[in-house]
Amino acid sequence: MKPVSPPVLVLDDVTLTYEAHPAVHHLSGTFARGCLTAIVGPNGAGKSTLLKAIMGQLPLSHGTIDRCGLAIGDFGYLPQAAELDRHFPLSVADLVMLGAWREVGVFGRVTSACAEAARQALVAVGLEGFEFRSIGSLSSGQFQRVLFARLILQNASVIILDEPFTAIDARTTEDLLRIIAGWHGEGRTVIAVLHDFDQVRHHFPETLLLARDLVGWGPTASVLTEANLQRTRAMAEKWDESAPYCAA
Amino acid sequence: MSFSALFISPFADYGFMRRALVASIALGLGSGPIGVLLMLRRMSLVGDAMSHAVLPGAAIGFLIAGGLSLPAMGLGGLVAGLSVALLSGLISRTTVLREDASFASFYLTSLALGVLIVSLRGSNIDLLHVLFGTILAIDAPALYLVGAIATFTLIVLAIVYRPLVAECFDPGFMRAVGGHGIFYHLLFLFLVVLNLVAGFQALGTLMSVGMMMLPAAVAQLWARTLPGMALVAAVIAALSGLIGLIVSFHLGFASGPTIILTAACFYVLSLLFCPSGAMRRLLPLRHRTG
Repeated sequence: MKPVSPPVLVLDDVTLTYEAHPAVHHLSGTFARGCLTAIVGPNGAGKSTLLKAIMGQLPLSHGTIDRCGLAIGDFGYLPQAAELDRHFPLSVADLVMLGAWREVGVFGRVTSACAEAARQALVAVGLEGFEFRSIGSLSSGQFQRVLFARLILQNASVIILDEPFTAIDARTTEDLLRIIAGWHGEGRTVIAVLHDFDQVRHHFPETLLLARDLVGWGPTASVLTEANLQRTRAMAEKWDESAPYCAA
Repeated sequence: MSFSALFISPFADYGFMRRALVASIALGLGSGPIGVLLMLRRMSLVGDAMSHAVLPGAAIGFLIAGGLSLPAMGLGGLVAGLSVALLSGLISRTTVLREDASFASFYLTSLALGVLIVSLRGSNIDLLHVLFGTILAIDAPALYLVGAIATFTLIVLAIVYRPLVAECFDPGFMRAVGGHGIFYHLLFLFLVVLNLVAGFQALGTLMSVGMMMLPAAVAQLWARTLPGMALVAAVIAALSGLIGLIVSFHLGFASGPTIILTAACFYVLSLLFCPSGAMRRLLPLRHRTG
């Protein structure tokens, strides 16, 4: 793939392991600034692992990840939803305004401009007037919308989403895809792990197909081919307890 | 018996009852909010484990001071509790053991070690004092220590409230935005140990955590916002101290367990009468049209 715009994230020979077995194996490539890329692959293909490594939360076994001058704090990251306690006693506004952490910090005042930005973000995700509801009263779709509102407030130039539409209904997914398209239009880089091929074909110009090893990376139509998908299925199944150590 | 004979004269007539009252109220004001945060972090059992971890440190302080001395034992307990908190945090990050498993291993070790150390030198009476506390024997310096810890706890909580709650709710987010969440987590563990040390003279190492967890459980049943929960927990903990002391005075019960059982009574009553409780289900449930 030849990036037309400057890179925002360069992976060079990245290997991530779980008990010495590779979860991501010698992956190299570049995310261009402003790209809208889906990461696709079967369960256990290393997709979430790769995102965690990009966020600096996992040590690399091999290779480097170059964030091209950006700090990890410049990345907006939405992990898989199950990891949060949805009955924590916070209001919707509290959660959304966490997105302004880098401006407000520990002791900063929450300005009226910030509160207004939070209100606008809630309008954008279709939750106008939900500010003072407790997050425990939200459905999982509404909760995901609130997390997107927090991402909006974060104003990050690179946005990384890990299975953002799992257990989310069609209408919410559509609304959130529209927000993602908006981010793309503003020149932000968006990288999302997804499972729905149709969704990827319709909304994501580029795709990274991963099955521990890289299967394909480039324009979606040329990556999501039947031949590639069959290769992916074959590769994901093999887990050899006594596989020899990789020489590369 | 008149109101004054029941509620006033135990404190008006006896200095040790007054000191016990002030100590248990101060203890409740600090421990209640700490307990709410512990529970929300799903660390209820970790609090329990840390209270045991305080024991060998206190026992070493007991040996060095040659008797029951709150400063020596408190300092020992603080060091031991913090070491266990830090070590088990480290172990859960570097091995496959989860934090609760490593805490459990540490506290069983600590409990055995603590009992062994106390039994080396002290009598069974001393051991009982360390394990179950002697709130009626609190003297002025001990009272100042408990008061200072409660004051310090509330001030620190007020200062770091925002990052602490954010770290509690979404540690991954704090890591991603570079919010130094781990620093606030450690500060919080420090406050937990500090409050356990404060509770330890009054209620003993085994029961001081009761002043945290039972009021926190009550608070979760009644309040829906975090400040509301902290307030309810602090009030319930302080009230448990007051009522527990009065009951133990009149009935001749041991005061520490009576205080904790009073908190337990609040918990049972809350289970019955709170908005989502058992009694509420006996009434017909009404609902709105939209």
